[in-house]
Amino acid sequence: MTSAVLLVEQAGPLTTIQDAGRFGHLRHGVSWSGPVEPLGFAAARTAIASRGAAIELSHGGIALRCVEGAVTFALAGGDFTATIDGAPLGGWTTGVLTAGARLVVRDGAAGNWATLALGGVPNCPAWLGSSATLALAGLGGGRLVVGDRLTVDADPIGDAVARPFAPPPAETGPIRVVLGPQLDAFAPETVAALTGADFTAAPAFDRMGMVLTGPPLVPLALTMLSSPTIRGAIQVNGAGTATILLADHQTTGGYPRIATVISADLPRAAQLRPGQPLRFVAISAAEAVAIARAAALRRTEWLKRVATADTLLDRLLAANLIDGVVDAREE
Amino acid sequence: MAPTVQPVGDTAVLLGFGDAIDPAVFDGILALEAAIIADPPPGLVETVPAYVTLLIVFDPLVTDGETIAAAALARTGTARPTTGALHWIAMCSDAHLAPDLADVADRVAMPAADVLAAHFATEYRVYMYGFAPGYAYMDGVVPALQLPRKPVPVRSRPTGSVMIAGGQCLITTLPMPTGWWVIGATTTQVLRPDGFLFQPGDRVRFTPQPRADFDARI
Repeated sequence: MTSAVLLVEQAGPLTTIQDAGRFGHLRHGVSWSGPVEPLGFAAARTAIASRGAAIELSHGGIALRCVEGAVTFALAGGDFTATIDGAPLGGWTTGVLTAGARLVVRDGAAGNWATLALGGVPNCPAWLGSSATLALAGLGGGRLVVGDRLTVDADPIGDAVARPFAPPPAETGPIRVVLGPQLDAFAPETVAALTGADFTAAPAFDRMGMVLTGPPLVPLALTMLSSPTIRGAIQVNGAGTATILLADHQTTGGYPRIATVISADLPRAAQLRPGQPLRFVAISAAEAVAIARAAALRRTEWLKRVATADTLLDRLLAANLIDGVVDAREE
Repeated sequence: MAPTVQPVGDTAVLLGFGDAIDPAVFDGILALEAAIIADPPPGLVETVPAYVTLLIVFDPLVTDGETIAAAALARTGTARPTTGALHWIAMCSDAHLAPDLADVADRVAMPAADVLAAHFATEYRVYMYGFAPGYAYMDGVVPALQLPRKPVPVRSRPTGSVMIAGGQCLITTLPMPTGWWVIGATTTQVLRPDGFLFQPGDRVRFTPQPRADFDARI
């Protein structure tokens, strides 16, 4: 294990350390955090078989100079762009950062969120067993700001090269939601407006949520007692403004949730840039679960293609070992 | 009355137990949650209790909302009520730590000392966490002290502020603007490096703390 040191020379305000998330503390007011957009996160980590936390970026991008050692990296999510010392690499790519080199990521043509994974384990704080950053509270791995030095227990570079890999197949069509859970708080015509009208991603978004502009979805009353919320919920305030709750959402709230974006469509919704249109369509909870299962299969197949020959071999070996354990227990 | 079951996307169901705060209903929610955690149905991810609701988060690759809701509600018969732990929290109400105390006293037409006496005589109960990590919503503010929130949140209040609004009391864990009424401060941390001081259902009593003692613990 060697050590690489990365100096943050520029970073947007939404640049944070993220692992897969901090689970099990919703009941203590702690949302899962982790990547707002999990597909790019999974792809970036898979492409270089990253074992550690990654860097999540938004429109502000990042500039990192490798001041010591060397480290592999992978960028994925949206349609961002990367350059090393000015030489373009593309937006879904692995690469190698050697001492003295400067990696710059910019927000490119589409998407609000991208993940920069590192080959190795960055040294960063953890809270409750996770380095996922809960941005509001500053807990976890934390925000990266100019002047920070990120030390990485870097995996050997070997003969790694810059290698593009495929984004997930593009999905189109309305964003699918399951109506409720506070459907009673809305008149039928308001629910009809949710699924019938055009909405637009508003300029306001962060790790907690993305605001929508569209017809006001004014609740009948704001009398409900606060109740638990979850990622993907479409929460509506007293003025009728809808917000899709994201990774750092409040865990409970007194504003009603008119519907919940299904997990398979939430990454696509989160990547809609301010000004981009969207529509919603309501499906049943049973359909939503069936879609989640089909999407998980497609995601696994896609991630297998993202993995390099080397990392794929590692993964298959690991899977065989795990299978062996399961077989032994069943026999 | 049978609870309502509402789907929450493809990853959760929300069980509803009425629409008014009721200690007996809340006891039932906590007991059910404990029974679910003790004997987790397949695919359970986590549970979140609140005043009259229990959220059950599940892995859609393993189960679905109808299945896990039925399995969870089947644990009702095995649920035993639990008495939450009692926490004593020292609270200092020196003027600069209690910026809204005089205003509260004015609005409820009571001397500030009586406001504090009523607060210190109250046993609060933690009904849920929310808003931010470690924000434990405690119910039990006596009716004579209940005030609506200020119409506009006030500039950032420090961590450890003890504040009330309506029937609720809470201890802040982050410096944040708030429309609640700050009547004191504590050095006791609800949000800790290794977890959380309160569990939903716990009981909380406040006890007066001299300024010197407060300062010594900062």
